Amino acid sequence: MSKLRFGVVVFPGSNCDHDTFHVLKDVCGQNTFYLWHKDHDLNNADCVILPGGFSYGDYLRSGAIAKFSPLMKELQEFAHEGGLVLGICNGFQMLLELGLLPGAMLRNKNLKFLCEHVHLKIENDQTPFTNQGQKNRVLRIPIAHFDGNYYASPDIIEDIIANGQIVFRYADREGQITEVANVNGSVENIAGLVNKQRNVLGMMPHPERASESLLGSDDGRIIFKSIIHHFTNS
Amino acid sequence: MRIRVLVSYKDSVLDPQGQTVRNALLTMDYNFVKNVRQGKVFEIEIEDLSDEKIKQVIPELADKVLANPIIEKFTWEIIE
Repeated sequence: MSKLRFGVVVFPGSNCDHDTFHVLKDVCGQNTFYLWHKDHDLNNADCVILPGGFSYGDYLRSGAIAKFSPLMKELQEFAHEGGLVLGICNGFQMLLELGLLPGAMLRNKNLKFLCEHVHLKIENDQTPFTNQGQKNRVLRIPIAHFDGNYYASPDIIEDIIANGQIVFRYADREGQITEVANVNGSVENIAGLVNKQRNVLGMMPHPERASESLLGSDDGRIIFKSIIHHFTNS
Repeated sequence: MRIRVLVSYKDSVLDPQGQTVRNALLTMDYNFVKNVRQGKVFEIEIEDLSDEKIKQVIPELADKVLANPIIEKFTWEIIE
C-alpha cells in the first residue's frame, strides 16, 4: 500500500511539531510534511495534525488566536468533509476554540503546570484513532499542560456520553476512574474526545512522546497505528 | 473613543484562580471577603462610531474573539 500523507501544522509557538513529524515519518514510515499556518493548502493530506505547544504564547486563551490562522479555513472544510484531524494538547485546545469539538478548557484545578506520565483508559475503540487499541485498555502517556481542565455544560456532557464521544479518560494504572487520577480536574475525567462523526479527535496527552519504547512507553503509537489501519482497511 | 470590555467566567464555571486570590486575602485577615472572581479587562481604542454601530460591533467582537462564550461572559462600556 502506498504511504499515507500526514500534514503537521506549524504555528508560531508550536513545539511538538518536530516530535510528531519524527514519529510519523521515522517510526511509522509515512509520507509526512509540515503545513504552515498562513498557507491555504493542506497539500492533499489524508490526516492533518495540530501539534502541541504554545501557539501565540497562549495569549488571550490557549488556542484562541490560532483559530484565526488562514489555514484554519481549509482545516474546517476538510473536517466537515470527513477528513481525519488529530489535535494534541494545544491542538485539542484549538479544536475546542474552532468549535470542531464541544466544550472548553479551564486552568488545571491545582493551578499547576502538569508535566508527568498519566494513565488513560480507552473508552471507545470504534474510532479511526483507537481501532488498534481495545476498550478498557490502559495506556501510559505523558501530559504537559496548564489548561487541560476540560469543561462543558451538563447537557453537552450528557450528549457526549450518549454519543460515545469520550475516547480517553484519566484513570489509575488498573483502569479505575478515580478523582485522584483526574490530575487536572476535567469533567468526567475526560482526556480525549471525538466529534459525532468520529473523524476529529482532541486529546491532552502526548502520544508522540510515547511512541518508542526507548522513551519509556510506546503506548501512544496505538493512535498513529490506528489511523494507518483505518486507511488500509477502508 | 475608548471601550472597556470586561470578560469573566460564567457563574456556573469554577474559578480556581479567583478562589486562590480569595484564600490569600483571608490569610491576610481580610475576613470580610466572601468571594473573588477573576477576569480580564480589554481597553480598545476605536474610531468614532455611531451609538448604534457600537452596540452592534462591540458585542460581536467580544463574542467572537475576546470571550469564549462556552465558559465566559462579558460586559462593556464606553469610557471616553
